[in-house]
Amino acid sequence: MQGSMSEVERRAAPPTGGGSASRAAAPGRTGAAAAGRLGRSRHAGWLLPAAVVAAWQVASSAGVLSDAVLPAPSAVAAAGWQLTRSGELPHHMGVSFLRAVAGLAVGGSIGFALGLANGLSRLSDRLTDTTLQMARNVPHLALIPLVILWFGIGEEAKLVLVALGVFFPVYVNTLHGIRTVDPKLIEMGRCYGMTRFALFRRIVLPGALPSVFVGLRFALGVMWLTLIVAETIAAQSGIGYMAMQARDFLQTDVIVLAIAIYAALGKLADGVTRSLERRCLAWHPAFRA
Amino acid sequence: MSGAGLPVTARGLARGFGGPPVLRGLDLHVPAGQFLAVVGRSGSGKSTLLRLLGGLDRPDAGRVTRGGGDEAADARTRVMFQEPRLLPWASVLGNVAVGLGAKPGPDGEARAREALERVGLAERASEWPEGLSGGQKSRVALARALVSRPGLLLLDEPLGALDALTRIRMQGLVEAAWRRDGFTALLVTHDVSEAVALADRIVLIDGGAVALDLAVDLPRPRRRGSGAALESAILDRLLDPSARPAS
Ligand SMILES: Nc1ncnc2c1ncn2[C@@H]1O[C@H](COP(=O)(O)OP(=O)(O)OP(=O)(O)O)[C@@H](O)[C@H]1O
Ligand SMILES: [Mg+2]
Repeated sequence: MQGSMSEVERRAAPPTGGGSASRAAAPGRTGAAAAGRLGRSRHAGWLLPAAVVAAWQVASSAGVLSDAVLPAPSAVAAAGWQLTRSGELPHHMGVSFLRAVAGLAVGGSIGFALGLANGLSRLSDRLTDTTLQMARNVPHLALIPLVILWFGIGEEAKLVLVALGVFFPVYVNTLHGIRTVDPKLIEMGRCYGMTRFALFRRIVLPGALPSVFVGLRFALGVMWLTLIVAETIAAQSGIGYMAMQARDFLQTDVIVLAIAIYAALGKLADGVTRSLERRCLAWHPAFRA
Repeated sequence: MSGAGLPVTARGLARGFGGPPVLRGLDLHVPAGQFLAVVGRSGSGKSTLLRLLGGLDRPDAGRVTRGGGDEAADARTRVMFQEPRLLPWASVLGNVAVGLGAKPGPDGEARAREALERVGLAERASEWPEGLSGGQKSRVALARALVSRPGLLLLDEPLGALDALTRIRMQGLVEAAWRRDGFTALLVTHDVSEAVALADRIVLIDGGAVALDLAVDLPRPRRRGSGAALESAILDRLLDPSARPAS
């Protein structure tokens, strides 16, 4: 389509002026072309954050933004460098990362397994789904006092909270995915002689996968949220703890650093999910690279 | 794999879905290797009959016997549905290989490739089905149905959604495969001219039973329009206001 358009353009251009000259004469079209290039660029998403940081740096340097309100990006970077050299930052980041991954692994796999079980077995569904749907409506952060009472402020408390938080999105979306697999495909598989296991592996599971990934994305959001809250309230290590301590000493640069790290970790998790999706859902038109 | 067709026999088939029965004591015998077309008004129970003959559904009364009536007959029966029903997450070749059944065997891939070649889509083997046109998807579905050299092929208006030209091409592919492999074919169709072009015999379903059973004695390969008289006779019967309307 595009090829034939430019063909027409070239032919319509006056013989003396080249195609590039006539294009330069039309600034509107050049702008549109630049916008088109930008839309195709993979890095276009970083333009806005970079602009915000730059404006912020300028405002801080000009004295418009007071350090007590919001320290300059350069100050935040300096704090990050210093904390990295002292080994504090890597330690806290490692701790937070491990908590997040462990909670996701535990809660996510239980949610996935129960979603599969209830999607495939009517008995399991009858026995557990009502209970789970009831429990789903309790905000898991409301359990913090109870969890602290049971587990203290050790690692178990954080693990339980994160696992609880990620469990429901994964469970609900896995179940939904299995229930909405096209029954016509299942009928086809059955009539083409697939065994029950082959039906599951070749039709039900791949059909449910896009929905499982939706659940995983939700779970990642809940995971960070839960971790921030849990580390802020009851912890002796981790990024959230680092930020709370900085508050006691009025170190706004460290607080902002912690927030920036959460944003970066969130983006990282999102990137990992995206590449997983592109690999597992390559057949899906929405995930074509 | 033998290419011999499977005979199918239905005796006293009855099936209803709560309302008035759709099929009431239908008898039908399709000899091995015959190409039978089933026509009838919408809602007359053609799909219901095909599902019963293919073992996708169980009759309320009566029985269906395919071949020797054993398990092997199940594996030698293939259905082509109204929609292609391709797996979006399997490659075109993978979709054809589904037709090989539970035990594809060591030469499975080669056979799938060969079947794909027969429908003219060999060079699309590694693509996702999503990128194919409607007609190409139907050809993949046909390759999937034929790859295991079935003894009985049931087709439920598989060409209904295709444009006239693609349809004629697909009819040619189905007929060529049938002449080569010698399976028993049962084609449900709305299109009486399609039935006349392809079938050895046409049955008309009305009132839950076989209302008309006609042999098509036209030499093959058939030219378009060569069965015009037969076609108009069937259409007259279908449009006859004095005949009982389908429930
Ligand atoms: N699974 C089902 N549940 C309920 N009713 C059904 C079911 N399958 C078929 N019927 C009913 O049986 C009747 C016959 O349906 P069938 O699909 O066999 O008709 P058909 O001849 O194939 O029609 P068409 O030409 O429109 O495809 C219809 O009234 C339909 O509503
Ligand atoms: Mg039908």
